Amino acid sequence: MRNVTLAALVLLTTFTACKFNDPEKPKLPIMGQRDAVTRVVNGKEVVDTVYKTIPAFKFVNQYGDSITNKSLDGYVYVADFFFTTCPSICPVMHRNMLKIYDTYKDVKDFKIISHTIDPKHDSVEVLKKYADKLGISGNNWWLLQGKKEETYTLGQKDYLVAVMQDNGAPGGYVHQGWFVLIDKDKRIRGYYDGTDEKQVEKLSGDIKILLDEYNTAEKPE
Amino acid sequence: MKFKVIALLVAFISLIAACKSDEQQEFMRYYNGGNLLYKQHCQNCHGAQGQGLSQLIPPLTDSVYLKTNREKLSCLVNYGIEENVVVINKKAYQGSMPATDLPPVDIAKVLTYINNSFGNKLGLINVETVEKHLAACK
Repeated sequence: MRNVTLAALVLLTTFTACKFNDPEKPKLPIMGQRDAVTRVVNGKEVVDTVYKTIPAFKFVNQYGDSITNKSLDGYVYVADFFFTTCPSICPVMHRNMLKIYDTYKDVKDFKIISHTIDPKHDSVEVLKKYADKLGISGNNWWLLQGKKEETYTLGQKDYLVAVMQDNGAPGGYVHQGWFVLIDKDKRIRGYYDGTDEKQVEKLSGDIKILLDEYNTAEKPE
Repeated sequence: MKFKVIALLVAFISLIAACKSDEQQEFMRYYNGGNLLYKQHCQNCHGAQGQGLSQLIPPLTDSVYLKTNREKLSCLVNYGIEENVVVINKKAYQGSMPATDLPPVDIAKVLTYINNSFGNKLGLINVETVEKHLAACK
């Protein structure tokens, strides 16, 4: 009996040691609903996990350019929902998002997209003005405008964040301040409270982890 | 004799300290209350350091503006700003500020906080002053 305990202890120590000597790269979780799909490969049944992905969409950015899901192929990106006349959480969200923008503006495979949930007021012209005043330029941060229903469905069903019109809420809209991190395979890899400086710092670190994940995978063995 | 002088001196100093702390206590009461109100009503837009947000939202660091517009500040906090241009730190900011339903005492607290934070040192704005200024709002 005593020997078993000892053996277990030795085994445990060995494992711990191994792990210590071989630090695994940190990896971000894959979020959202997943399905198992069974398919047949070479006469054998294989079960694949199918993750939730962001579907096709079509919007216009602050320059009036048409932007679709394809425009984000090959990019890690962060998405959020806002409106330019938002009196509550949007300023603090975009104050925090500016830090992400500044940190990653020279990274070629990273983008930020902000969907307006008030497309009636936030025309392309209004969004461009907002972008100029916010101090963003180029194509690293797109402010996207489109059909209200499409934006709301995308938010609720796909990014899984709350967005809705409510005339009782400040500014007339209910929405949460989530920043959603999406990988190059359009899967959800993280949620961060955009009003919380600490969580936005975590997002900044996680973006790097996610970019590294792809950069490592692309390197030949 | 020597003891008596020292005792008298101590009593005198305590008296001064007590007087000063009355004034200071009032200031601190306004300032601390204002700090809390600032977080609830102003910080999202104007920032924890009163830094504002790029060219979208003006900072609260312009002591000259605060000083020259001292009598208008209560009106601005109470009634907000309807789409207008304000020049802060020599930069123009265009936009609106929402009105608040804060009572005069809270306006006094938050103004005392703003006027004595972010590099500003403009002293106490008490509730009587705010009520006077509010009565003169245009």
